[in-house]
Amino acid sequence: MFHSPSLPSPQTPIKTTCPYCGVGCGVVASGDGSVRGDDSHPANEGRLCSKGSALGETLGMGGRILYPEIEGRRATWDQALDHTAAKFSAAIRDHGPDSVAIYASGQFLTEDYYVANKLMKGFFGAANIDTNSRLCMASSVAGHIRAFGEDIVPGSYEDIDHADLIILVGSNAAWCHPILFRRLEVAKKARGTKFIVIDPRVTASCDGAELHLPLRAGSDVALFNGLLAFLADNKHFDNVFLENHCSGMDSAVATARTFTISEIAATTGLDQHDILKFYSLFASTRRVVTAYSQGVNQSSAGTDKVNAIINCHLATGRIGKPGMGPFSLTGQPNAMGGREVGGLANQLAAHMSFASPEHIERVGRFWNATNIAQEPGLKAVDLFEALHAGKIKALWIAGTNPAVSLPRADRIRDALRACDFVVNADCHHGDTSAFAHVLLPARGWSEKDGTVTNSERRISRQRAFRPAPGEAMPDWWMLAQLGQRMGWQDAFAYEKPSQIFREHAALSAFENNGERLFDIGALAELNDNDYENMPPCQWPAPKKGHQGGRLLGDGLFPTSDGRARLVATPFRPLAEMPHGEKPLILNTGRIRDQWHTMTRTGSVARLSAHTPEPYLDINPEDAHRAGLEDGGMVRIESAHASAIMPVRLSNEQRQGEVHAAMHWSFTNSSTGPADRLVGASVDPISGQPELKASAVSISPQEMAWHGLLLHREPLSTIDSTYWCRIAIECGYAFPLAGINPLARPGETPGDEWLLAMLGAEPASDLAVYADPARGSFRYALFRDGDLIACLFVARDAGAIPERETMAKIFASPIPVENRARMLAGISLDGVTSAGPTICACFTIGQTTIIDTIERCGLKSTAEIGASLKAGTNCGSCLPELEKLLRTTAQPGALTQAA
Amino acid sequence: MSLHKKERLLLVGNGMAGMRTIDELLVRDRDRYDIEVIGAEPHPNYNRIMLSSVLAGEKRLEDIVLHSRQFYAQNNIALTTGDAARSIDTAAKTVTLESGRSLTFDKLILATGSRPVVPPLPGLELPGNCAFRDIADLQRMQEASRNGTHAVVIGGGLLGLEAAFGLMRLGMKVTVLHLMQTLMERQLDEAAGYLLQRDLITRGINVITLAETESILGNERASAVRLSDGRELTADLVVFAIGVRPNIDLARKSGLEVNRGIKVDDTMRSTHSAIYAVGECVEHRGMTFGLVAPLWLQAKTCAAALCDETNVAFTPPANYTSLKITGIDVFSAGVLGARDDGDEEVTLRDAGSRHYKKLVIRDDKLVGAILYGEISDGPWFVEMIESGQDISAVRDRLLFGRALAQAA
Repeated sequence: MFHSPSLPSPQTPIKTTCPYCGVGCGVVASGDGSVRGDDSHPANEGRLCSKGSALGETLGMGGRILYPEIEGRRATWDQALDHTAAKFSAAIRDHGPDSVAIYASGQFLTEDYYVANKLMKGFFGAANIDTNSRLCMASSVAGHIRAFGEDIVPGSYEDIDHADLIILVGSNAAWCHPILFRRLEVAKKARGTKFIVIDPRVTASCDGAELHLPLRAGSDVALFNGLLAFLADNKHFDNVFLENHCSGMDSAVATARTFTISEIAATTGLDQHDILKFYSLFASTRRVVTAYSQGVNQSSAGTDKVNAIINCHLATGRIGKPGMGPFSLTGQPNAMGGREVGGLANQLAAHMSFASPEHIERVGRFWNATNIAQEPGLKAVDLFEALHAGKIKALWIAGTNPAVSLPRADRIRDALRACDFVVNADCHHGDTSAFAHVLLPARGWSEKDGTVTNSERRISRQRAFRPAPGEAMPDWWMLAQLGQRMGWQDAFAYEKPSQIFREHAALSAFENNGERLFDIGALAELNDNDYENMPPCQWPAPKKGHQGGRLLGDGLFPTSDGRARLVATPFRPLAEMPHGEKPLILNTGRIRDQWHTMTRTGSVARLSAHTPEPYLDINPEDAHRAGLEDGGMVRIESAHASAIMPVRLSNEQRQGEVHAAMHWSFTNSSTGPADRLVGASVDPISGQPELKASAVSISPQEMAWHGLLLHREPLSTIDSTYWCRIAIECGYAFPLAGINPLARPGETPGDEWLLAMLGAEPASDLAVYADPARGSFRYALFRDGDLIACLFVARDAGAIPERETMAKIFASPIPVENRARMLAGISLDGVTSAGPTICACFTIGQTTIIDTIERCGLKSTAEIGASLKAGTNCGSCLPELEKLLRTTAQPGALTQAA
Repeated sequence: MSLHKKERLLLVGNGMAGMRTIDELLVRDRDRYDIEVIGAEPHPNYNRIMLSSVLAGEKRLEDIVLHSRQFYAQNNIALTTGDAARSIDTAAKTVTLESGRSLTFDKLILATGSRPVVPPLPGLELPGNCAFRDIADLQRMQEASRNGTHAVVIGGGLLGLEAAFGLMRLGMKVTVLHLMQTLMERQLDEAAGYLLQRDLITRGINVITLAETESILGNERASAVRLSDGRELTADLVVFAIGVRPNIDLARKSGLEVNRGIKVDDTMRSTHSAIYAVGECVEHRGMTFGLVAPLWLQAKTCAAALCDETNVAFTPPANYTSLKITGIDVFSAGVLGARDDGDEEVTLRDAGSRHYKKLVIRDDKLVGAILYGEISDGPWFVEMIESGQDISAVRDRLLFGRALAQAA
């Protein structure tokens, strides 16, 4: 049974939560597509960023997976789920519980997560459930657990309002957590809050910063060890707090003192003076928030980086108090919810651990589990290695695109291709869905119903306000159905998300006794109506005791002895150090207006305009050495793959380090995922891969031709060495470049090639411009009079029109009388039609003549002749010219003349 | 007004080129000559080019008159119409008319125009055959359209097609016979010729290419045209429009040097120092002329020479032409296609909207343009051809016309 949520009318505004970053902004949306920020939501107080503001434009998008499919053929839900259940059951029976796995997502709602986690760990009998959160903040989880004994974010967003110094480490919050960054800017204005950015790149977040420390990739631990030593040496430690509430200080400080300040400068590549300025500011400012994100987490030393930061806050007692504390900024809308549920392979459930047999027994008892897992499962990178080795026989992938986002993405593809049985539940077709044996249509934002938790532990409702397309269903329902069909009817008899949420809340409180700070027992009491109307609330929310707010400020830590741990973090270099053959470090990251693998944001024109194409950002010095020019093409090669993409010269890039965006995939570009180039070295504790530092080499890539295709359809295969897909107002633009000439000099490209490029049938309605001597060809494809596509190709990139111009033309009505004129590739704005021809000899139009008469004050046909030649040849239009002279003299008479 | 006796200027041929020369002369010095004009047709000067428009019913005869009888009177020009010149005595400087009148001259302009070419076919003598040259031909065609239903136009050039269109507008079922593979092959390349043929057929004009006329059939009147392949086409009217030939009979008889046309130098003077020639009857450096633009230039040159201006020389402008068929826009200028490896063609084919454009480029200069369907930039291309300017900077936009090529 599925209890379908009742939907509001399309005009009724409902409160929900943004599906993008971990800030978790409240959104007021309605089915008709109107979207605004929710004034009453504490995370954003009415503000929305560019992506959030464009949410309305992503509703009703095409390209959805609408029906279940088995092996590419449409199937009923019963068929697809029965088939999947049989495959999973057979794998467990024949190869044991370790042979099945679930790879889920921070896009999951907490309820989805809960069911997936329960099914895997409680009933399949292994813990092989991991999620893309492994790529996002696993190092923060591990760092929190090492320091605090539990995965606790101590602070709240309002600490940003109350801080005097904010340190952004490995975070371009201005782009990736824009609403929090706004808050920082407000604090700067309101109370003079200073902020320091620690990031190898100059980013948008550096605007207004007190100091930017462009440290060498991966050197954060050296920098923060230095800070700890500086604080110790200069007597800035809070000795009372250390004495009463912490352990591990001596070894942590001893390790931190390994490097002298000059060694730190050498390791980080920073100016010693700047380093000391940072240290002094930190030392002299009590209210310090250190907010960090992927630059810290996505590292083979990610957990150490987190602890090196936390060490400094513990040592100064700056934690859990207004305006101070370490602050992990999560990337995904519900990564935190996943952590609460325990939806990572090394977690059990509800902040309970595989390290404790008592926990395992307790969770098993709570679930009435038939086969509770006894030990951690495989973390993402290992999970896919096991897949590659043939050890995983059945894999359920949901809400994530591992063929794009995991390191060594080509190897991931090989592994998926080789797997016996892959289920993919998702909203959109993407690189990963191509490998699925069973495809399941999932509900997306605006259609699904449940809860998410943001970076400050605030649980908010995501509510359904639009009908799901086709036969799409919620992820929790699919997984519950799988559980039921595999024989666990009672354990998975969920009909609506509120039932799941109550069970989740109850588990958090189950035999808790204050041992686990994650306790939302109070929410286990919500009835369906309460759940429906639940306002955003911060955990903890136990039945009795402290509700929400800051944590750990009392100095009581959920460790066995109640003390926080300072952790010794010896500096370790990058897993892949640049060397002779691969002298550069490739950093990967987000751009402002795209989200993950672009399945949602990639189809919105105004979100594509900011950074339309894949790119490699490179310092001009490095570019010069490699012979690269701005806008040229580069071949970039790592130990794992190579790719061709455009180059952008940027002084914001450190010498020796290049940067590419993580968003593109083979679905929307020839470049494919940047993560193909990335190595699979992981942090030894968190298992999080080093996504931001891979050794690469670069070389210029010559192109035999360049091009631009515009099409109404989101094509995903294009016969061009380089291409990418850019959403524009009324379709898609595809910049092109090829290494093989399209035609011999002076000749014309073949029809077969052309039709394939345009996705056209033979005998289509085409307009063709050809300048074979210059190797320049332009095509427009029409269907029933409508412009479907146009294509420009030329040997010389300069002969290709501006994309923005063409996009504008492509979105405008094409004049029927001269439809091929757009192939000129320049704006038709201000280019007026000459009007009906009056002088046939010189083909001078009425509009031209009237304009000239008015502009030059012409009085006679002879003057018209002198200005325009009209009437000076055969003279047969002279009577009409006389008439135009008469009528043009009188205002308002033009229409009569016509 | 000068006191000495004015020189006498005689114009033989009251047509467009001749009268334009008079216009140009009056502008320069309206008192210099005592002018007399002789016209074979019984009409004042009219715009011969516009006969097609009159035939098509888009203009009336009075609309195409260029110089009314009033004009001659107002400018003290003696006009004789309906009386052709029979001979010239170059030594005595006299011209004798068919009527026997003899006129003296100090300066003479020959503007005798051209004559339709008519092939020597059996049946040519039958009533119902005509050319399309003057008002008399026009009136024959108008009359034929009232009494008959089928017309055959022999010749698919500019004039033949305009005649065919006019006759169709008068309600006749028209067939155009064309000897060559494609229509208007002197002005259009094959692609444009095919488009034109298709458009004419769409408008209800039957077009037969590679059509060799064998004879005109009929007893009292022409009733059909027989082709060499045996096909017969019903014809109440047969119009010949296969070309024109300079009318040089008078000049030849008078001992002036002629070849295809009356030979003239760069000042439009014939081999006799007092005799000039302008219009379709002349041959200048081996070339004859049928389009209006060079004629206007000849008129200007001749008038300047008659006013003793120095440094006047006729340089033929770029050839260009457009077809006057309502709704079918065709323009052609300069060379029609690449002739060798040095020539480059830039084309735009849009079959769906029946547009076709071709530019021929040589050494980064525009040397030819064919426009079909959308011709508004024709004159600009002519300017570009005539100026010989380097077009390499705007090459990627050139074909799309002035507005776009000159846009920022």
